[in-house]
Amino acid sequence: MSMENGVSYLPPKPLNFRQLCADVDAMETRRGDRLRWLASHQLDNNALHRLATSIEKAIACGATDPLTSFTLGLVSNGTTDLLSSALVGAAARYGIVVSVIASPFGVTFQAAFDSDSTILAENPDAILLALDYRAFFADYCVSANPTQEVDRAIAEIAEMAKSFMAKSRSSIILQTLQAPPERIFGNFDCRQPGSLAWLCARFNEQLTSEVARAGVLVLDVASLAASIGTSKWYDRSHWFAARLPFCQEAVPLYAEQVARIISSLRGKSRKVLILDLDNTIWGGIVGDDGMDGLRLSQGDAIGEAFLDVQRAALALKRRGVLLAVCSKNNEQIARAAIRDHADMILREEDFAAIQINWNDKASNLEAIAEQLSLGLDSFVFFDDNPMERAQVRSTLPQVCVPELPANPTEYARILMTSGFFEGISFTDEDRIRAEQYTANARRQTLFAKSRDMQGFLRSLEMTAVFTMNGSSGWQRFAQLINKSNQFNLTTRRYTEGEILAMADDPRILRLQVKLFDRFGDNGMICAIICRAEADVWEIDTWVMSCRVLSRQVEVAVLNEIIRNATRAGARGLIGTYKPTDRNELVRNHYARLGFELLASDENETRWHLDVTGYKARPVPIAISAEHQPTASGQTINPPREIPNRLAEVRLTERQGL
Amino acid sequence: VTKDAVLSKLPEIFRDVFDDDSIVLRDSLTARDLKGWDSIANIRLMLSIEQEFGFRFAVGEISELRNLGELVEAIIRHVG
Repeated sequence: MSMENGVSYLPPKPLNFRQLCADVDAMETRRGDRLRWLASHQLDNNALHRLATSIEKAIACGATDPLTSFTLGLVSNGTTDLLSSALVGAAARYGIVVSVIASPFGVTFQAAFDSDSTILAENPDAILLALDYRAFFADYCVSANPTQEVDRAIAEIAEMAKSFMAKSRSSIILQTLQAPPERIFGNFDCRQPGSLAWLCARFNEQLTSEVARAGVLVLDVASLAASIGTSKWYDRSHWFAARLPFCQEAVPLYAEQVARIISSLRGKSRKVLILDLDNTIWGGIVGDDGMDGLRLSQGDAIGEAFLDVQRAALALKRRGVLLAVCSKNNEQIARAAIRDHADMILREEDFAAIQINWNDKASNLEAIAEQLSLGLDSFVFFDDNPMERAQVRSTLPQVCVPELPANPTEYARILMTSGFFEGISFTDEDRIRAEQYTANARRQTLFAKSRDMQGFLRSLEMTAVFTMNGSSGWQRFAQLINKSNQFNLTTRRYTEGEILAMADDPRILRLQVKLFDRFGDNGMICAIICRAEADVWEIDTWVMSCRVLSRQVEVAVLNEIIRNATRAGARGLIGTYKPTDRNELVRNHYARLGFELLASDENETRWHLDVTGYKARPVPIAISAEHQPTASGQTINPPREIPNRLAEVRLTERQGL
Repeated sequence: VTKDAVLSKLPEIFRDVFDDDSIVLRDSLTARDLKGWDSIANIRLMLSIEQEFGFRFAVGEISELRNLGELVEAIIRHVG
């Protein structure tokens, strides 16, 4: 039985794993990187348990740096003892230190409604409702009132989610239901209203369409159980012996799925897939076999396996993952194959960056990171060659380097089941991201041709669109806040639910900034949260996409913050910079904007700007104060001009928007 | 499967479950003799044995085992 499907990309655990855990326990500080490395292997229940012990020790002595802390409430209608430590171990793989607060056995629905319940008392970051069909329906039932039965179950789960959200700041994770393999009629069960198969299918439909809204995430247990096999998943012997809700060999996989959702919630999903060429996206070695000798055609089993990899990569690109090439090859020959081979699915324009040369791969990956302004920790490097994988893994531990088997048939499955790019939302920005990066390359070309910076910026014909406390766009706003690491002044993370809840507090102001230019729509590129205190506005959060660096967008944003602040009667702005190991870029952000240093210690610097009599600084960006979404919710309509701010910028000739 | 074959695999399972390399197994060993052998550790232990030897204990079987010797006999019954 293949239980490792989904974590088979991880290398096997070191033989002296327990000793290595003990070594970490002896470290004075900063055990995080080592714990993460230990977690990044295939671990069974015992190894996960051992690792969780080390993580708990590290938490106890405050030595988990540089990992991110996260508390997870766990409600289940079964025994969760093995699950808790597995969740802790799996989350460390994604750089997250989880503390699990489990509801006592048997306490499920009560946990949501009693404000003193174990979970609500802790106000965790997220609450996982690990409820299977037994929490809602009886075994072997054929319900007489099937529709009401589903409605009742949906009402129960929705009420729980609602109550948890009202009483805490938590994101809620719900599970789809998988019916057990036992059948009343047999194949007819799927047609008989009221059978478990029928009830679970309707429940899942309503759960995903009606209950799962902002702040609610779904763990698709039905598909996890199906991928393992329901007769293995529902292990009667473990259920009767100890109320273990599913076969315990699957616990590491289940924990991995939960960890992926948490990592995505915290913006730690990867963003870029870097592909090798020879024997990774085509069969053969183009330098030796020539373009015509490559195995890449329909009807050839080997060729079809590689076409499968390319189709999978293209699907990822279409949902917002950037693709890049990193290959040791003669550049001309390899590029010619990408461009001209009749069967290629991926073409040059599908790649946001291409590095084809004889340098070592780690250096090339660093070059790609530079070119895309993205961190190495957002990279997945896909290469058939174990030597190259080992070199990258040891030189650049931040890069995720999946293990690949010798058989290329497995490549696409590993790519699409390993959760590197786990997503919890799909925004308009995701849909067009690849094009935005292509447009960025064109901007760079233009910059190379312009004589001076100001001239270049003017030639971009930029327009910023500001939306203060608007009614839409919050999914992308949350994505920006959780994914931005470099241009992020305070690295405060808020979930979409928390951001939506801010609408109820009149002292909180949320500013969305979108940027258009002659090359296209850059999408929402900046998120600001301000808190108004008496006559001072405190800038709680300022994050910006690194794609729009050095374009004076931050000055335009400051102008807009001050315009709103002074209109509301504020006399000063306070800004805070909290250093992390990722945001050196903005250390002097407030100094550059003319703020004065108020206070400084190792945790933060605080800055003040007097805004009485502030005059908006000129920027080569036209300003529009609100956008008008189209009926489809898309934001690609041309922004409305606000005159007089910038006489030198023309807003005409905005074709294609 | 002989008793020797079972006994050759069992110590490593125990050491893994209890994270203790000093464990030495003997027939008369019971849960009271090992630090940390609580009900949760027992689940992990039985699961590790089931995975290693590729069988499932029958319902009620585990609770009737009185010491390690009887556990070894049960394993041999299943995989023998």
